[in-house]
Amino acid sequence: MENFTPVSALIGGALIGLSATLLLLFNGRLAGVSGILSGIFVQPAGDRLWRLMFVVGMIASGFLYQFFGPGGFENYTDVSLPVLLVGAFLVGFGTRMGGGCTSGHGVCGIGRISPRSITATFVFMGAGLVTVYVMRHVLGVAQ
Amino acid sequence: MKQNLLALIAGLLFGLGLCVSEMASPGKVLNFLDVAGNWDPSLMLVMGGALAVTIVAFRLILKRQTPLFSADFKLPDGSNVDKRLLLGATLFGIGWGLIGYCPGPVITALGFGLTYPVFAFVAMVAGFMVHRLIFERNP
Repeated sequence: MENFTPVSALIGGALIGLSATLLLLFNGRLAGVSGILSGIFVQPAGDRLWRLMFVVGMIASGFLYQFFGPGGFENYTDVSLPVLLVGAFLVGFGTRMGGGCTSGHGVCGIGRISPRSITATFVFMGAGLVTVYVMRHVLGVAQ
Repeated sequence: MKQNLLALIAGLLFGLGLCVSEMASPGKVLNFLDVAGNWDPSLMLVMGGALAVTIVAFRLILKRQTPLFSADFKLPDGSNVDKRLLLGATLFGIGWGLIGYCPGPVITALGFGLTYPVFAFVAMVAGFMVHRLIFERNP
């Protein structure tokens, strides 16, 4: 537990909650990141620009934090490139099939007390826990 | 215009939250999912911190007839749990457990100037596209 960082986790989480609150209060939209991003490619033209702006804001934060703030994020090479590609593909495919990700189901859906989202969050957390257990403790793969 | 500016600000806050909480670090996320190993429970508090805000704020906001900048709230009708939800969430969870990135952190990490997030982003968007090709084809 020496790597436990409760204060920064709570502050970061509250910022994410504030972001979702602003997007709902002003624009009437839920801050589900997988839906916002995939919508750039599939939604009609008039429903694309706000999505792109949200994504640009997310990337800009990463850039500003890394190069003008505390930074310190490094390439996570403990995961091999083939595993990275397969895993990220599953993240993309699975979030579309399940209609949301950690933000859409976990933060916004549970925020609305949606039974669908509460179920989805338990399922993807459970699948993530089992996957890490199998990778690290059964197969002994570094990650 | 107002809506686009608001979306930009919301995106900035969201990305900042992912950086401050270190959710944008796949190693941190994988240690959170590793309950049998050197478990790091921090990310439970990221979701806790976010939910503490949204559970209260969403209740108040959804009492309004309309949002401030647009005509209506666009919300999914969230009642039925079906096979697609369960299978999709399972596949997502497996991918998350393999790489430690969910969609938000992949996007914010594009700003870090590193190669891995770029590969992850491309593969994730490929996942969106293949799902669309198989399941979202218009008649």
